[in-house]
This record gives sequence, C-alpha cells and structure tokens, in this order.
Amino acid sequence: MSPAARPISSVRLPGVAFALVAASAIVMAALVLLPLFVVFRDAFDKGIGKYLAAVSDPDAVSAMKLTLLVAGIAVPLNAIFGIAAAWCIAKFEFRGKGVLLTLIDLPFSMSPVVSGLVWVLLFGAQGWFGTWLIDHDIKIIFATTGLVLATILVTFPFVARELIPLMQDQGADEEAAALTLGASGFTTFWKITLPNIRWALLYGVLLCNARAMGEFGAVSVVSGHIRGLTTTLPLHVEVLYNDYDFVGAFATASLLASLGLVTLVLKTGLEWRHAGELAANRKH
Amino acid sequence: MTSPDITRRGLVAAGGGMAAAAGLPLLLAPPVQAQSKTLTLLNVSYDATRELYKEINVAFSAFWKARTGEFLDIKQSHGGSGKQARAVIDGLQADVVTLALAGDIDEIAARAKLLPANWQSRLPINSTPYTSTIVLLVRKGNPKAIRDWADLVKPGVGVIVSNPKTSGGARWAYLAAYAYGQSKGGQAAARAYITKLFRNVPVLGAGARDATTTFAQRGIGDVLLAWENEAFLTIHEFGPNFDIVYPSSSILAEPPLALLDKNVDRHKTRVVATGYLNFLYSPQAQDIIARHHYRPRNAASAAKYAANLKPIAMVTIDQAFGGWKKAQATHFAEGGLFDQIYKPA
Repeated sequence: MSPAARPISSVRLPGVAFALVAASAIVMAALVLLPLFVVFRDAFDKGIGKYLAAVSDPDAVSAMKLTLLVAGIAVPLNAIFGIAAAWCIAKFEFRGKGVLLTLIDLPFSMSPVVSGLVWVLLFGAQGWFGTWLIDHDIKIIFATTGLVLATILVTFPFVARELIPLMQDQGADEEAAALTLGASGFTTFWKITLPNIRWALLYGVLLCNARAMGEFGAVSVVSGHIRGLTTTLPLHVEVLYNDYDFVGAFATASLLASLGLVTLVLKTGLEWRHAGELAANRKH
Repeated sequence: MTSPDITRRGLVAAGGGMAAAAGLPLLLAPPVQAQSKTLTLLNVSYDATRELYKEINVAFSAFWKARTGEFLDIKQSHGGSGKQARAVIDGLQADVVTLALAGDIDEIAARAKLLPANWQSRLPINSTPYTSTIVLLVRKGNPKAIRDWADLVKPGVGVIVSNPKTSGGARWAYLAAYAYGQSKGGQAAARAYITKLFRNVPVLGAGARDATTTFAQRGIGDVLLAWENEAFLTIHEFGPNFDIVYPSSSILAEPPLALLDKNVDRHKTRVVATGYLNFLYSPQAQDIIARHHYRPRNAASAAKYAANLKPIAMVTIDQAFGGWKKAQATHFAEGGLFDQIYKPA
C-alpha cells in the first residue's frame, strides 16, 4: 500500500545496527521492563492473599468500575467523533480544514491539567454555568460526568489521528463509485468506508482506551478525590500511595499495568496481521 | 477486500476480548451488598487525617446506627488543606469540612458563601475538638545534630516541608518557624530567619503527605517539618529509622471543623452532619484522637494518653500573628511575605 514504509531494513550496516539495537534494548529494559517488574514485585510483596485483598477492597473495585465506565463512555464517543472528523477532513475540501486539524491536535499539545481545569472554570460552582447548575441540582465537576468530560477532551485526537492519514491515502474513489452505482450514503459508509478503515479504527480505539483508562492529570483536577466515588484507578493508586499502603498502591497499579499489557498485545497483534492497512500512518 | 461481515466479527471479537480482559479483576471482587436506607456523608479533610477519620468514621457509623437505626456511608476526600478548600469552593459537595486551619474555612465562607462568616463560634472551643503542633523529624541518631529551629538554617541541612500555599501543615510550620524568629529579635530577625530557612528547602510538596514521602520514602533531606501526628505515623509506617525532636517552642495548631449549611440542606444531611461533628467532642472520639497522636481537648483523654503528648511551649496564632486573617494576608496571600522570600532552587 505504501512503499515509503518499507525499505530502511534492507540497508545493511551490521556493526552500527547491532550497537543501536543493543543500546535501545538496554534503555528499554531499564526504563520499561524494570519499572513494570517493580510494580508486580511490590504488588505481591506481602503475598498473594494481601494482593487479592487489596484488589477486592470495595474502594478499589469501585475505582475499577468507574474507570471502565468512564472509558466505556469516552472511547465510543471519541470513536464516533474520530470517524466523523477523519471522514470530512479526508474526503472533502473546505475552508478552515487546517484550523480543524490543529484543533483536533490541541489536546496533544495541551497539558492535561489544563484539560481538567477548563471544565472547572466552566462548570465549577464559581464557573460560568456554576450557579445555574447548582440551582438545577446538576453535578458535573467532582462527579462522573466531569471525569468523562475531562477524559474525552484528553483522548479525542487518538482515533481521528489514526484515521485521517489512512483515509486521505485511500481517497474517495471507492465511495464515489458506490454512490454512482446507486448506494445510499449509509450503505456506502457501512460497506465501503468502514471496512477500509476497520483495523486503523480498532488501533485508534485501543490507543484511546489505554489513555482513557490511564489518564491522571485531567481527571485529578475534576475528581475531588472522594474515595469509592470519584477516584479512578490511577487516582486510587495515588490515594493508596499517600495512605502509605504500598501493597495496595502497587496492586492497583498492577491492574492498570495489566490493562496496558492487554492493550499492547492486541495492538501488536493488529500491527502484525494488518501491517499493510495501518501502514499509511507510518508516513506521518 | 474482505467482506463487511468479517469486519464486524473482527471488531466484535476484539472488543469482547478487551472487555473480558478489563472485566476480569471484577470477578475477584465480592458482590456489592444492596443496603436499604443508607445516608451518605462527605467529609473533606486535610492530608494528615486519613488514618484518624478512617477510625472515627467506623466508630461514628456504629454509634449512629445504634442511635437511629440509619446506615451511614461516610465518604472521605483528603489533600492539602488549601487545595481541598479550593475544591469545595469550586463545588465539591462536602457536608462537613475538617481542615488544617481556620483560614481555609474562612475562604469557603467568603468565596462560596456555603456557611456564615461566624462559623467558628458555632461549635465548642473555636470549633477545634483537638489541637496539634509542628515538630522536627530527623533521621535516626540525628546525624546533623538538629536540636532546635536555629539548627535548620545551618549550611548543608536539607529541610523538607510542603508548600504553604496549598498545605495547611506547611502554613503552621512556616508560622512556628517565623514565631521563633520573632522571639529572637522582632520582624526583621524573623524575616531573615525564614528566608534562610526556605533557602535550605530543596523541594516543596503539595500536601503534608508529599513532604513525608519525599523525606521518608525517597530519603531526601535531613529534617522534616511535620505535624506531630504525622511524625509519629512516619515512625509507625516506615520503621524506627527516625527520631522526633521537640523544638524549644512551636505553635498551637488548631485544625477546625464546620458544617456547610448550604450543602447539608441540599443533601438533607444536617442532622447527621451535626451529630458527626459533635461526636468528635465525645470521650470515645477524643480517645481515638489521642491514640492518633493529636492533642485532645478532653482532659480525661489527655491524661489517659499523656505518654503520647510531650509537653512543649506553644505560641498561639492570635498572640504571635493577630489571628488567621492577618497571618494569611501578611504571609500567604499573593505577593505576601512567603512569595517574597521563597525562590525555587
């Protein structure tokens, strides 16, 4: 699909290549594997019983449910948004396209703290809509809604960014053909567009999901840190760590790490099986 | 091109796999019990009281159940006192606040109008059922020979304290140090002393717990300016690698509590919230307070745990600084003395 993605490996520089590979392997081991090992070692430091007790603690369970709920809302919404944004950017020409692209990238360049704080400034009790929300007894900040909003804002580029280069690469020819042959807009999307982008979409969703579950900064601002109510897994890790409950903190961290590892395996599988269909991304 | 059917199956299978993997740990958890009538109360507190309120909440829930038959679910939120006050002002729905200092509750009264300005006179003894103080926690054997405030400004002594802007404990610590400086020659001496002191601070944490983990877990610094209870807790949690040094004088820290009228009326929790705050003055709660190395107001509890409570000379904020409002404005407000003397390294 994209010849630009291939050739580098065919150039042979044995000595340099070996040194580079060895260097990256060492760095990876020190920066990634070692911390991961420490997380699991400390989680099981006091034995499996303590570990199970820590992960089945009601606050931990509620943090897990909240994390899944928040990701479960934020990720599908961002998938829909991502497809819509990528669709209109890749398949149509219009003024302000550059602005839209920049806006989509904004969360990448913005500190997550800001992504959380904007919601406090809008919906906090002293914020723009604060009084109205209080009068109508609607809770956004320091409640699940706020956590979802903060997570959406932080993770919304992931799906769109995966899809845009691929869809631009594919062009609109197939859709045009389908429409010419009388297919409806929805049929065209369902039978042509979606199948063409499915692996990239799944890949984007995985990345989005990983970030949504792991997000700390933005949700920390809007959480209020109420145990068992508004602490997601990453926040719960911090709470336990500050409680000096290191086994609990690392046990909870190991759950997060496991979620990350599952994502990684799925992602690697995707890359391995569908390299061609994801390849358009490599150019960007 | 593969057919859409395969596509959909692929998506569903992958999605299902993800969900199964994510949901797996939930299976290990016991099912949540459905309870009939449960009242929820949210106590927004400062950093150092995590263990105290864990125990108080259990005791009060049992007490309340016996008295009224109502089940209670008391939720906690902890963090730097200033940060917590900020969250309540921004809408965190606390029924009661139990913060490190009156100034933070004054802020809530002034900015969010959730309680009247005279809140502190509504409960006995300035709404503070216990007091505490600031002590020096040093490494075992006290290798830098730190005996008193004067030793903290010596070259090469690393002092760990959290940020007075966000942490209540740090504000008390700052004022204790400043009061020491004042006693050595008035405002000029105090200012010179506090400037030198913060020059020895390598890093400011956001709350008392940040500072403690920096000192105890990460091994940074030679002395921690700590809440008395936090110093004991550090020894309890991290083993006997530390010594507590009582300086020649410190400050009488009064962490107050208050009910947030607007919030309890909205949540219909006024009765139970009032009961909760009054409970803290009961002999049972005062004993718990003393066991956690706070200084109870109740004389009997204080006598019972006298071994925990080493006598120490303490100045009060009213004597040395003319009350919290004045101290806050002079020292911790934007552009105040702390901003003038603290230059991050």
